[in-house]
Amino acid sequence: MPRILTGNRLETGDVLWWSGSDWSLHLKDAVAIGDEGDALVARLVAEERINDPLLIDADQTPTGWMPKSTRERVRAVGPSVRPDFALPSISVEAI
Amino acid sequence: MYRYDQYDQAIVDARVAEFKDQVGRRLRNEITEDQFKPLRLMNGLYLQLHAYMLRVAIPYGTLSGTQMRTLAHIARKYDRDYAHFTTRQNVQYNWIKLEQFSDLLDDLSKVEMHAFQTSGNCIRNISSDQFAGAAADELADPRPYAELLRQWSTLHPEFSFLPRKFKIAVIASDTDRAAIQLHDIGLQLRKNDAGDLGFRVYVGGGMGRTPIIGKLLREFIPVGEYLSYCEAILRVYNRYGRRDNIYKARIKILVTELGIEEFTKQVEAEWALMKPLGLDAPKAEYDRIIAQFADPAYDLAAPDSLDLSDPDFAVWVSQNVHAHKQPGYAIATISLKPKRGIPGDASSAQMDLIADLAEKYAQDEIRVTHSQNLVLAHVRKADLYAVWQALAAADLATPNLDLVTDIIACPGMDYCTLANARSIPIAQKIAAKFENSVSEQRDIGELKIKVSGCINGCGHHHAGHIGILGVDKKGEEAYQLLLGGSGAEDASLAKILGPGMDENGIVAAVDKLIAHYRLVRSGPSERFLDTYRRLGASSFKEAVYG
Repeated sequence: MPRILTGNRLETGDVLWWSGSDWSLHLKDAVAIGDEGDALVARLVAEERINDPLLIDADQTPTGWMPKSTRERVRAVGPSVRPDFALPSISVEAI
Repeated sequence: MYRYDQYDQAIVDARVAEFKDQVGRRLRNEITEDQFKPLRLMNGLYLQLHAYMLRVAIPYGTLSGTQMRTLAHIARKYDRDYAHFTTRQNVQYNWIKLEQFSDLLDDLSKVEMHAFQTSGNCIRNISSDQFAGAAADELADPRPYAELLRQWSTLHPEFSFLPRKFKIAVIASDTDRAAIQLHDIGLQLRKNDAGDLGFRVYVGGGMGRTPIIGKLLREFIPVGEYLSYCEAILRVYNRYGRRDNIYKARIKILVTELGIEEFTKQVEAEWALMKPLGLDAPKAEYDRIIAQFADPAYDLAAPDSLDLSDPDFAVWVSQNVHAHKQPGYAIATISLKPKRGIPGDASSAQMDLIADLAEKYAQDEIRVTHSQNLVLAHVRKADLYAVWQALAAADLATPNLDLVTDIIACPGMDYCTLANARSIPIAQKIAAKFENSVSEQRDIGELKIKVSGCINGCGHHHAGHIGILGVDKKGEEAYQLLLGGSGAEDASLAKILGPGMDENGIVAAVDKLIAHYRLVRSGPSERFLDTYRRLGASSFKEAVYG
């Protein structure tokens, strides 16, 4: 299963997704991470600007990335009970 | 209400300055996250699923209008226009930004509030009866004793690195509205045969992974000596509590492993050594604090009658209003469980309104309950209708206190990194089945449903008449069903009824339980919990699992 990279921005706590060259607030911008993933995580940990960097499993679907775990789907879209805060990544119903 | 003296404020100001410096150093990368994390946790700042979460302490759940208005301001300025009141009488913000945190702390400290000791292995916020000082059934106001515990435990150098977190609750009536037997120390104010005031002391209660009902440690400790006695308990725990295993580190495990007789022996021996040291507060200090909790200036001419000709108002009074010790006054509970709502959430506008109502009608006091509701503790009966109308206009007058829709739910996996499953949607789906009929809810009667998203039990599932525990089942959310718990004076621990189920299954199961209860109860006055205790689990198990 493909892996994508996520973490939280130090200054704001925002959930972020690695887009290949930078961080994005939106899951749709995430890119699949290959063998370089562990080294990338190690570098990010050392830089101390992104909290809890983590490679997660996600399916590539016709509508975009779908994280495998419920927890990561909630992180991607926002609290399922506050659809007014939902980020345009996956639908709240898809959680 | 207690007001800070120069020492209280100096302590808060110093701690705020210290933490602001630590935040700045982290933002400038002068310290690592591993170094910063324990510091921020000691100041109530967590990193949750979506953002930083800040837990602000509300000592014994008592707030002034000014403090509530500041909480609203913080929600509006630094968060997303709402706050969440918790099962430990605190308040949490879910969308805090570290880069704005210093300004936030300044705003809080200006109204004698802070966030330290709301996390970490220390003595946490002291909790109490939300009706304290107003209840018709209490012996005396328990909050002066809770306040002295707050002062004693604030930055206590010996107890800042305990084996695990430590929670203390204080009440002063036989009706337990603070779940004292499910705390590390539970204190009940009482009188001995000579008429002297003192405390009955429970120890080693708690929920979470290993739920245990507290054991009676001492039948009576004089009020003048309870502080040193608590110190002796903490010393024994600090010395012998397990630090090798986080799951066995709470005092309840130590008490269980030693046995209450041996634990008592050790506490008494420790206390005997400490007594000559004079660690208890002098009488003048007791008197100073007690004076700050003096009764408000009641209107002695306030009429004791109530016009209940408006039927909706009458239902709210019947469900959400309690007897006050002062004739002409009443205690009003503001439900934070409206239709389609999130248990414990309040918007900034709602908090501002409640602050206004407290100042105008309720002697400038608001209480937070462990059931995630709010209380106006001193309302003239003559003002109750105006209060109700204002609350109703803001969706704050749901007449459901202690009914099936008054559900406790932790933030669950919608917010919390520890959670295995979502809690709030379960509460909402259960409530949705009943929220359109208050009369049906009232026919079902007192029913305490409590939902936790993980074994840590912030939703108090073990104390629920019906408890629901979210678990992870091979990556999917699943829910265990528990029955028979109580956090009241008849404390009991809920037990698992049968196999877990999915979200729709657990909602349907609760529906079946309630239908079965209505069928088999001895009469309308027999509560769900009493029917369960009378018939046992098998009757209910059959109803759910067939």
